[in-house]
Amino acid sequence: MGLNSAQKEVERGILLTTVDKMSHWAQKSSVWPATFGLACCAIEMMSVTSSRYDLARFGSEAFRASPRQADLMIVAGRVSQKMAPVLRTIWEQMPEPKWVISMGACASSGGVFDNYAIIQGVDHVVPVDVYVPGCPPSPEALMFGILKLREKIQMGLPPKYQEVAMARGGAS
Amino acid sequence: MATEEVRPAADTEVLSDETMVINIGPQHPATHGVLRVRLTLDGERVVKAEPIIGYLHTGFEKTAETLTYQQCNTITDRLDYLSPMTNNLAYVLAVEKMLELEVPNRAQYIRVLFSELTRLASHLVWLGTHVMDLGAMSLFFYCMREREVILDLIEAAAGVRMNPSYFRVGGLAYDLPLGFHEKVRDFLKDWPRWMKTYMNLVDGNPLINQRLKGISVMDRETCYQYGVTGPNIRATGLPLDLRKDEPYCLYDQFEFNVPTRTEGDAYARFWVRVEEMYEAAKIAEQALDKITPQGEFATSDRKVALPPRDEIYGNMEALIHQFKLVTAGFPVPTGEVYQAVEGPRGEMGFYIVSDGGPKPYRWRARTPSYYNLQTMPIIAKGGLVADVITAIGSIDIMLGDVDK
Amino acid sequence: MTNDVGIIERLKNHFAEGLETVTSIDQPTVIVPRGQLLAFAEHLKSVEGYVMFNDVLVVDWFPARPRFEVVYQVYQPETRQRFRFKSFVDESESMPTMTGVWAGANWPEREAFDLFGVVFDGHPDLTRIYLPDDWEGHPLRKDYPTGGNRID
Repeated sequence: MGLNSAQKEVERGILLTTVDKMSHWAQKSSVWPATFGLACCAIEMMSVTSSRYDLARFGSEAFRASPRQADLMIVAGRVSQKMAPVLRTIWEQMPEPKWVISMGACASSGGVFDNYAIIQGVDHVVPVDVYVPGCPPSPEALMFGILKLREKIQMGLPPKYQEVAMARGGAS
Repeated sequence: MATEEVRPAADTEVLSDETMVINIGPQHPATHGVLRVRLTLDGERVVKAEPIIGYLHTGFEKTAETLTYQQCNTITDRLDYLSPMTNNLAYVLAVEKMLELEVPNRAQYIRVLFSELTRLASHLVWLGTHVMDLGAMSLFFYCMREREVILDLIEAAAGVRMNPSYFRVGGLAYDLPLGFHEKVRDFLKDWPRWMKTYMNLVDGNPLINQRLKGISVMDRETCYQYGVTGPNIRATGLPLDLRKDEPYCLYDQFEFNVPTRTEGDAYARFWVRVEEMYEAAKIAEQALDKITPQGEFATSDRKVALPPRDEIYGNMEALIHQFKLVTAGFPVPTGEVYQAVEGPRGEMGFYIVSDGGPKPYRWRARTPSYYNLQTMPIIAKGGLVADVITAIGSIDIMLGDVDK
Repeated sequence: MTNDVGIIERLKNHFAEGLETVTSIDQPTVIVPRGQLLAFAEHLKSVEGYVMFNDVLVVDWFPARPRFEVVYQVYQPETRQRFRFKSFVDESESMPTMTGVWAGANWPEREAFDLFGVVFDGHPDLTRIYLPDDWEGHPLRKDYPTGGNRID
């Protein structure tokens, strides 16, 4: 009867996809970033949480000081050779699933600092999901990046590090 | 207040043998960036505090040697990213000094206006974050709200909110937009009301008083030894202000006071900065009165400043100048120069060595936070762990400035 | 700022030989032989009153010899005057440290060691300050590539 029909539904996969969708919806609606302010972009990251822009409207205002409570890392600013191992460690400490936004020209490509000290793109260190251009990106741009990430989560696309692992042919 | 007696005196303590080393940073919310501090603790008491820096080392000085003099301007913004305009100013004044270039008075007044507006914006971020470190959250949101208004003004003139590179060698990048005077006047009219809001939250607040009074004391001798400048030395009673002592940009035509305090503790530094905010608004107002709506905004020396757009289309010589300036840059006479301005954090200076070419041979930024932060082991020693955070906030460091 | 024009005369009288005046457009500047540097700095601080430290920096004149020019900038807070003195040093030689005179020379000298490889004798903690400890080379030297020695 009731149980039977539920069983049938499960076999057809409907219930499972619905749970997935719901969990995606829940995930995307409360993406908690880790505070990873490095340079100029960090100030714009502060602006995005404060009065005028108010990221709380999208459920992402809870910046966590501990990586263990965060699922999004916003790399805001230039990453130096000395900072790169620290960044990697913090990223590894974040629970899965986790996402990375590379904020600004320096984090994405090294920006104007094409020199010995700066990592030429944070994607050499951690897999990046969304790149936000600008030097520094305006708060609107960062919000657009976060909204894009929400779309990605809602669509059920895997985070970049899982994509990389799958492309390599191994389990994540 | 009775509760003030609870705090143990710093120097009467006998240290026990067991100490503990803890690490703060480089990723820590209270260190205002990527500062790392290694603390040696005896219980709650700091025996030794060593700042470890370099986590934001950007190689500015190497990059600058590969850029022309105009291009270098863009990277100066990113040194102390809370006060990009004063960095710009120090740099362009240094180059102008080498070129012996005359800049129109109107451009100088606009430079003063924007320097003071950035000082306000920078102190607002300091006020918000410093008070947040002490445990009060709400002021941060007020400060950021008003900072947005200043950033709007900068955006109106320069096109971007942060890192504007608005000052160029020879003057400014563009003229002021239409209706700019009214916008600034509106802002300055609202400013006293906003300051009152902040002061209602902090003035006489017993929590803030107790967390600041007598904490992280820096005496005059320490300031001399370490080259500490800006509000930090003014909090020890010395009115050292380059705007008065070595007037640049016609600062000698402006009426303003240099606020000082004598205690040298975090409380004194706090109030010196707050009073500076009133003074900065005062200077901005005077500067606005001096700026005529129309007029020159850059030198007419075409060897240095780009010709106006309409001239390029009709004049062969202007086209050649444009082409030469953009592709090769301008040569600067051989020699060396040091030029400093009073930034929000202290003496922001540039030491430039030229070999006669279009690119600097050596480009040295004398960034104030670097020298101010050196005093950290002294001022944090003997205090409590919580006061380390107060110390970091009260010397107002900016890591882009420290690590260059 | 009114530059003290008499200071160079006074210093020249005190240090009979060795001082070399440099014409600079902004500040009184002298070149001091390396051997006299500490005595000169002590004199400048205690007699002339230049008690405030400002900066230490290095200029690399590769391939000229001696290679490095070490520039000291100090400040007289009573009269608000600036003064600059320099000294030359080669790669194989070392400089006396100024940390005993102005404690603030600590970090800038470490920076000079880190980025230029200039060695300061007697410095309390001469280690790298900006770059990781295992870094090879001194990036601000003129013969060091701007992009560094990248692997990727």
